[in-house]
Amino acid sequence: MSMLQVKNLHVEIEGTAILKGLDLTIAPGEVHAIMGPNGSGKSTLASVLAGREEYEVTAGEVMFLGEDLLEMEVDERAREGVFLAFQYPVELPGVSMSNFLREAVNSVREHRGQESLSAVDFLRVMKEKAALVELNPDLKKRSVNEGFSGGEKKRNEIFQLAMLEPKLAILDETDSGLDIDALRIVADGVNRMRAEDRSFLVITHYQRLLNHIVPDVVHVLLDGRIVRTGDSSLALRLEEQGYDWLKEELATPA
Amino acid sequence: MSVSEKDFLQEVADSDYEYGFVTEIDADTAPKGLSEDTVRLIASKRDEPAWLVEWRLKALRHWEAMRDDEAYPQWAHLHYPEIDFQDISYYSAPNSKPKYESLDEVDPELLRTFDRLGIPLQEQKVLAGVAVDVVMDSVSVATTFKDELAKHGIIFCSFGEAIEQHPELVKKYIGSVVPSTDNFYAALNSAVFSDGSFCYIPPGVRCPMELSTYFRINQAGTGQFERTLIIADENSYVSYLEGCTAPRRDEHQLHAAVVEIIAMEGAEVKYSTIQNWYPGSLDGRGGVYNFVTKRGICNGRGAKISWTQLETGSAITWKYPSVILKGDDSVGEFYSVAFTKGKQQADTGTKMIHLGHNTSSTIISKGISAGESNNSYRGLVKINPKARNARNFSQCDSLLLGDRCGAHTFPYIEVQNSSSQVEHEATTSKVGEDQIFYCNQRGIGEAEAIKLIVNGFCKEILAELPMEFAVEAQKLLAIELEGSVG
Repeated sequence: MSMLQVKNLHVEIEGTAILKGLDLTIAPGEVHAIMGPNGSGKSTLASVLAGREEYEVTAGEVMFLGEDLLEMEVDERAREGVFLAFQYPVELPGVSMSNFLREAVNSVREHRGQESLSAVDFLRVMKEKAALVELNPDLKKRSVNEGFSGGEKKRNEIFQLAMLEPKLAILDETDSGLDIDALRIVADGVNRMRAEDRSFLVITHYQRLLNHIVPDVVHVLLDGRIVRTGDSSLALRLEEQGYDWLKEELATPA
Repeated sequence: MSVSEKDFLQEVADSDYEYGFVTEIDADTAPKGLSEDTVRLIASKRDEPAWLVEWRLKALRHWEAMRDDEAYPQWAHLHYPEIDFQDISYYSAPNSKPKYESLDEVDPELLRTFDRLGIPLQEQKVLAGVAVDVVMDSVSVATTFKDELAKHGIIFCSFGEAIEQHPELVKKYIGSVVPSTDNFYAALNSAVFSDGSFCYIPPGVRCPMELSTYFRINQAGTGQFERTLIIADENSYVSYLEGCTAPRRDEHQLHAAVVEIIAMEGAEVKYSTIQNWYPGSLDGRGGVYNFVTKRGICNGRGAKISWTQLETGSAITWKYPSVILKGDDSVGEFYSVAFTKGKQQADTGTKMIHLGHNTSSTIISKGISAGESNNSYRGLVKINPKARNARNFSQCDSLLLGDRCGAHTFPYIEVQNSSSQVEHEATTSKVGEDQIFYCNQRGIGEAEAIKLIVNGFCKEILAELPMEFAVEAQKLLAIELEGSVG
């Protein structure tokens, strides 16, 4: 069974069509990258998969492990194993990382029929996973994303990914605003999370992230559709030549 | 806003008041109305000395003059019908017996009432290290751990007992911080106050346990007018907590209290309030009108007074716990969380009056509004011309749950000395859909998400409460938020 199967997805926001018949299939264990110029619909795809409500699905279907994803509430999707690493992580003043994550981890565990983690186990796991992305272990006392630097916020997203152990992780421009060291740390964290039963959808502007997280499949999103699919060499060509050659090829009837 | 979030906010707005039961108990209640006779009746119930009767009557005359001039305080951001002061009974005592010798004599129904409220009166059951005074309607019904406290020279008793046994202290300090003519409701209280708590900590004594008073209005058609007087002598320390509940009734009930605190040189008083009077029904029927004057004076070098309050109840809240920073190097603090829902209205804040050198004050106010409620912060920071190097920091944050509620901030700053430093910060935010979405995306449901966000918002205030009550406060806030869920 596919991890994710998107068929003919049409999405509008406030009456403007953004996705216009998108098809995408991701098998378990695969890493897919989606590249595309600004406004092509990359972040819209991430938002729709996570369930942001201001987007209206006008046609098409999305199946997640054989279930209709679009029928599920946002928190239900998360508990079923869909994780979104936010492009702009939100601050929760006064809410400590440990309270926030304990609430999150335990609701996911409960959904899976697992027992809640004890306080001791929870802190141990937290310490372990924080080390994956080189986050300071005293982070548990800090409020969620409050006073975090841009790089810390992105590492914090990957840290949460590691804590929640999702089946499908969507990274929405996680590389934007990262310096080269932070980029390496984030990519290493992701690579260590790669597993046979876990898939990744990496949304990015730049090829440089894909030097570190080597994708199995690269898609190009243009004007709401996936117009080209290839291996990682496609990303390299886009980096060198931009999108114009592709637009020209598409304009010329074969 | 998603459907389930709307539902949740509706539930928050509709949440039930679990202390709304009425105790069927014999009560001695004065006829309705207020006159010199009423005042004399209240005084005679308790064999009060002549000076106090005179003091009351002076307050009554002042109040009557204000009433006749219609000089009600009308500046607050509150809307309510005119109160008919002749339609209220000014004295009600559970049982005809004015005071119990021991808990064995207390009506079991009354003990059960406080058990239901979660306030155990039997000392062996009392939370470790908390002495409790309980005031039902107009009289104090029980005070625990009195003997233990007496060993340290600490006086903790009902106001009535204090008048009998420590008249010199009462006479010296009553009205010294809040004069009987201070304002309309303080004058009313001074005329008809019936009981309350009294506390004296001798020099150099650190009170070994938390002191607390629980106030309960039970009888219909009565007002509650208690008075609290706390005197912390030189270099002493006390932490004091009050809690308040009332039954659910269709008519409004009037509560007008006065609290006075005197902190002498080097003394520290920490005063915490968990106010959960009946807030009225959703459409605004019933509920307590809460008009309270609370003020403390730092009456010597290095004295410190700290007010912490969690205000969740009452249809109308009008209170401004204040500190007069008279002694040099004295410190005043005000930490407040006010939560309103339904049609509740709160106008609350503080006054920090800087008179001494190097005095400093901190104000942190958090207002949370849900339903159709209105929540206002009103505060005054006044730096006297002679207060050299005074400092104040104020922070007022408002959080809106839903789009039919209001948050307002009315800060007044009067600085008359150029060496002072005054800072004010204010924010208003809506529990963001982005914040809820973020929590949801991590598997956290709507209700839990809102609870996390609200608790995070109040965290620094709840942390100021004594340990024993921080848990209670968090629970209360959760109940308020949870509504009928679970």
